[in-house]
Parts: sequence; C-alpha cells; structure tokens
Amino acid sequence: MVIMSYQKRSKEALAQRVAQDIHDGTYVNLGIGQPTLVANHIPAGREVILQSENGILGMGPAPAPQDEDFDLINAGKQPVTLLPGGAYFHHADSFGMMRGGHLDICVLGAFQVSATGDLANWSTGEPGSIPAVGGAMDLAIGAKQTWVMMDLLTKKGESKVVAQCSYPLTGIACVKRIYTDLATLACTPQGLTLIDKVDGLDHAELEQLVGLPIQH
Amino acid sequence: MINKIAASVAEALAGTPDGATVLIGGFGTAGIPNELIDGLIAQGARDLTIVNNNAGNGDTGLAALLKAGRVRKVICSFPRQADSYVFDGLYRSSRIELELVPQGNLAERLRAAGAGVGAFFTPTGYGTELAKNSDGSPKETREINGRHYVLEYPIHGDLALIKAERGDRWGNLVYRKAARNFGPVMATAARHTVATVHEVVELGALDPEAIVTPGIHVSKIVKIDRVATQAGGFKIAA
Repeated sequence: MVIMSYQKRSKEALAQRVAQDIHDGTYVNLGIGQPTLVANHIPAGREVILQSENGILGMGPAPAPQDEDFDLINAGKQPVTLLPGGAYFHHADSFGMMRGGHLDICVLGAFQVSATGDLANWSTGEPGSIPAVGGAMDLAIGAKQTWVMMDLLTKKGESKVVAQCSYPLTGIACVKRIYTDLATLACTPQGLTLIDKVDGLDHAELEQLVGLPIQH
Repeated sequence: MINKIAASVAEALAGTPDGATVLIGGFGTAGIPNELIDGLIAQGARDLTIVNNNAGNGDTGLAALLKAGRVRKVICSFPRQADSYVFDGLYRSSRIELELVPQGNLAERLRAAGAGVGAFFTPTGYGTELAKNSDGSPKETREINGRHYVLEYPIHGDLALIKAERGDRWGNLVYRKAARNFGPVMATAARHTVATVHEVVELGALDPEAIVTPGIHVSKIVKIDRVATQAGGFKIAA
C-alpha cells in the first residue's frame, strides 16, 4: 500500500477554495453540478450576484420544501429563489450578458483542460452517444474569467490537465484557472503556472501527476 | 376591432401546414406551452421542424409529438436528458434529424430572425465541432479585431408556441419569473405566434412600462386555466 504524504481536498473544501477567490461585488455564473456547491461557501460579508442562464440575475438558495415554484428554476432545472433586487430577462438577453463579457466569473466542470486553457466539457465524443451542449460553449467564452473546478485525475489516474485535449473542444484558450482537489493552476499562453497545492504534495510530484511542466 | 383572443387552442392552431417550422418555448419545467403542443398533436400537421431548447422528456408534450411521428427535424441545444427516451430512440434509428446548436446561438439566431438580421458573427462555438454545417463542411469564420467568430444564420419560424402569464386582446404579454426564457424571442421570430396566458385583462391593465412582448409579435392568445401542476408555476400542493 502506498502511503501518500498529502490529502486531497474534499468536494466541499474545493468549493470553499474556489469561493475564496470570488470577490465582493462580482457577477458570477456557476455551472451545473459541482460548481453549484461554490454558492454555499461565499465568505460572509461578500455580496456576489449569481446569474442563471435561463434568465435570472440575483439567484438565491433553494427554497424550503413545499415552497418550490417551478417557474423559478436554475439551469440544472432545480427550484431556486430570487433575492431582493433580482431580475428576470429572456434567453437572448441572458446569453448576450454572457457573450458580451458582462459576467466577471464563470465556474465550470470539465473532462479535460489544456495547459493553454482549451476546454473540453460537453462531449466525450463516444460514438453513438447523443450529443448535447446546452450553454457550455457560450459560458466557456463569455465571462471575463472562466474557471474550471474538477478532480485533477480521472478514476484511472490519468491527468485531466493535458497538453492537448483529446475530447471535443468546448472553447479555445478560454480557461484562466483550474481549481482541483490537489492544486490550483493558471493557464497561460506559455503553459501552466502554480497558484497553490495541497500540503505535503511537492512540486515535482505534482508535475509528474500532470505530466507537464508547471511554472512556480 | 383587434381581438387576438381565440376561443380555443384548436381555433388558434387551425391551418398549421405540413412541413412547418414550429418554435416552442420553455426551459425545464418553466414556460412549456403544453396545451398548445397537445393542440398541435390534435391538429395533425406532419413533417415538422421543431425548435426548442430540449427534445422532449417522458411521454407527454414534445415527446408525444415526436412519438406520433410528426417531427422530421429537431433544432435544440440539449436533447439528452434522463428521460428523453422517445427522442433517443428516434435518433438512434435515424428517424429524426438533429441540429445541435449552442444555447446562446439558438437564442441569438431566433433574435436575429425577429430583428431582420441576415446573419451574425459570434465567438461561441469557434474551433469546435459545432462550427460545422450538417454536411461536415466548416461554417464561415472571420477574425475581427484579433478575435475569431463563426457566421450564424437566423432561425425563422412559421409558428411559435409560447406560454405567458397575462395578456390583453391586442396581444401584449407579460411572463412569470424564469418561465419567460425563450418566449419573447420566439414570438418575434415566427410569422404566427400563439401564446397561452392564465389571465386575460382589459386593454390598459398591463403596465405599458412592463409589457415584455408588445402585441405586434402575437397573433393569437388562448386562456388556459391555471392548474396546480409543476409547469403551471404553482407551488406543489402539500
């Protein structure tokens, strides 16, 4: 048995790590799945306005059971609430808000991200599978900053941060940061830069896991 | 006198031709005009092209229209869902054509149709599989001020079916919460727009500052009683 000298960030700890970097006053879209957890960890005292692609700005937490309103749902089709000051708008305005660069941060899940920020998160390209893209491509290229939140390694232990994505692309050079259970990395035109890593994981070990050079 | 209030769904949908392109509003449980989709099934038009964010789920609504064999092609952003088995079956056996469009491009192509825009360059989808035409050839692209864009064309509808909350006899509409979604853009993009509302009010009763869809974009309104269903936007009964 291999005894590891470090501990991975749990899903909650990862969400907390992402939330730390979301500043007061920002407009943010959290993608479906793991990124939605980030909303629970925004530090007290920071006012962050959440956008939902289906036409909501100022989205609040889930309602209490029995208080659901199925005209008020998020992109993942779960019931949500609207904060005082929130607004509704139609789909073309919502995606215009995204594409027009008005959102500060968008947090997405991913299958793969390249060192220079190419994103693959909509299709594994498996033959016979039914393709579905939703708002992934619009979100990837729209916000001022696109962040990815994912496990660094696949279940098989392969790095999801790669030199070049093998899965179909969602967008080119659009990811600025990758938050993972082992490290936080920045994608630059020159490749990866380290932002932080879990205690006990040394730099060489991280580079070996990723299989790519990572600038300090 | 202008009176866009139709007595029934059947009256509002009469004359829908075979081969029509039908824009259908809705996202998740919100804003799906279920009564109009049922009406389209009863009306009988075939060989339809359907534009919707999804491709139907379960056995009702859009899935029932697909199951009835009335749809030749679906243009949508997200066909695959946990219970989209009707679409999945038709797609896998090549009995339905799919044009997959990123959601924002779908909304903007509808907006362009309504606004008389001939085509537009968008950064969404550049360098991806979805920047290709159905025959696999690349879509036209252009570099503008150092950024890459794909040329996308409008989606015009012959008919739009949408769900609103309140309307008047001139066809002015307001919506409810996130049930607005594709309704306002689809209303502008179709030659003929039919909207359901839960309430018909007198002219002047809708605040002119708050009307979302001006009546010029609406052909018929059908009043549907609010039912305590999920899609009706009511709380689920305890």
